[in-house]
Amino acid sequence: MRLTCPLCGPRDRREFYYYGAADYLNRPAGGDPAEWDAYLHLRDNPAGQTRDLWYHETGCAQWLLVTRDTVTHSISDVALVAAGGASGGGIAAKVKPEGSA
Amino acid sequence: MQYSGFRVIAEGLFGNRGWKPAWRDPTPKPAYDAIIIGGGGHGLSTAYYLAKNHGLTNIAVLEKGWIGSGNIGRNTTIVRANYFLPGNSEFYSHSLKLWEGLEADLNYNVMHSQRGLINLFHSDGQRDAFARRGNAMVNQGDDAELLDREGVRAHLPYLDFEQTRFPIYGGLLHRRGGTARHDAVAWGYARAADRRGVDLIQNCEVTGIDIENGRVTGVQTTRGAIRAKKVGIVVAGRSSQVAAMAGLRLPIESHILQAFVTEGLKPVIDHVISFGMGHFYISQSDKGGLVFGGDLDFYASYAARGNLPMVEHVMEAGMTLMPMIGRAKLLRSWGGIMDMSPDGSPIIDKTPVDGLYLDCGWNYGGFKAVPASGWTMAHLMATDQPHEVARRFRLNRFATGHLLDEEGTGSQHNLH
Repeated sequence: MRLTCPLCGPRDRREFYYYGAADYLNRPAGGDPAEWDAYLHLRDNPAGQTRDLWYHETGCAQWLLVTRDTVTHSISDVALVAAGGASGGGIAAKVKPEGSA
Repeated sequence: MQYSGFRVIAEGLFGNRGWKPAWRDPTPKPAYDAIIIGGGGHGLSTAYYLAKNHGLTNIAVLEKGWIGSGNIGRNTTIVRANYFLPGNSEFYSHSLKLWEGLEADLNYNVMHSQRGLINLFHSDGQRDAFARRGNAMVNQGDDAELLDREGVRAHLPYLDFEQTRFPIYGGLLHRRGGTARHDAVAWGYARAADRRGVDLIQNCEVTGIDIENGRVTGVQTTRGAIRAKKVGIVVAGRSSQVAAMAGLRLPIESHILQAFVTEGLKPVIDHVISFGMGHFYISQSDKGGLVFGGDLDFYASYAARGNLPMVEHVMEAGMTLMPMIGRAKLLRSWGGIMDMSPDGSPIIDKTPVDGLYLDCGWNYGGFKAVPASGWTMAHLMATDQPHEVARRFRLNRFATGHLLDEEGTGSQHNLH
């Protein structure tokens, strides 16, 4: 399994640390216990396309938002959380290899 | 048909022509008193104890594949009662007691072998933690003995005691721990439930849960609609999908766990050995294969197959612990889908939908729990009250903060 880091390119799975579902990006602002329960514990847990957070631990030390399929392990998108989690925008757009369009 | 040694001999004398199928293959009825979704170990034992302990025999088990085709048919078969926390301790103690009488109860040889389990420790701090755990086990009424290094060596002379990273300081011996034949547990419960009138309906996938006015009324399946006032969801790694049919979002994330077996060897490992620092555990099956497993692949997955980095890690852990294992050839590996909960402990509880019950969150420790899970889930479904030994396995404990975090690793699903 390889993830294509927007900064480092395709890298071996062992360089990355899996944190969990993208729900972790939606940290509750207030103190509502139900919101915190949902944030920390409840998950859609889809059999199919999912979005989750990976950390490029031995690479660029960036948090990545990965869109992938939990049944086939195919990866369709990897984006920087720091760039708003949208590939093709923000920082990710500025690091295309030289000569690419 | 009652199985016995005499029966085996008699059948042998007459060409084995008298054996009958171990359970019926019934057509689903339009309605049952209760339906269990999931024909794995936990679902089958729930059905069996509903019939045996509570007299409910007009019940069906709905299985989308065939009996024993999920995790009950492929796991590392370890049976133990060495838990520490109140809430877990009494539950697994109850389960082990049920295991000890299971073969006579089911009239089926599940090859339960109490060969002894040794958990290794590698530092003074770990020794203290295991001494404390052992005391908790003894206080629960189970058995535990703290072994020093020489005590472990007397049992397991082939380990590498002087390894520099994790030198072996000793181990916690749980003599009543051991293994059982996983398929036989599924078959034994299936046959025993069938003999009490339970309909085991295979190749029947649930596609919807019918709810009227907040109360369950039945299920939709690939073999038609079936009505029931009580429905239990006992589907392990698929819990989130089935619960979603009732509008529920669960504190579960499904992860992949790999296990491995070598070619058959002559007897070489007598015990179950757990090497926690490498997250490696091993025993030898009665066929001779070394059966061992490691940790999760760590990312959410339904693929039922893992990736190579964890294969490599498990092999390294095995070589670290017992270099002799390098001489064995790996025969095959497989991956199972684990229903990981945020505290590593299971859920056996009612849901917000009346008549709908949930049994899930077994992480990767569900096999040893099969008898007690069924026993307590049956109690819950029959009486609407949690069983005494499963009273802390509540669905809302994450919201209320009453976690059962046996390993103390926090609320991340993949860290248990």
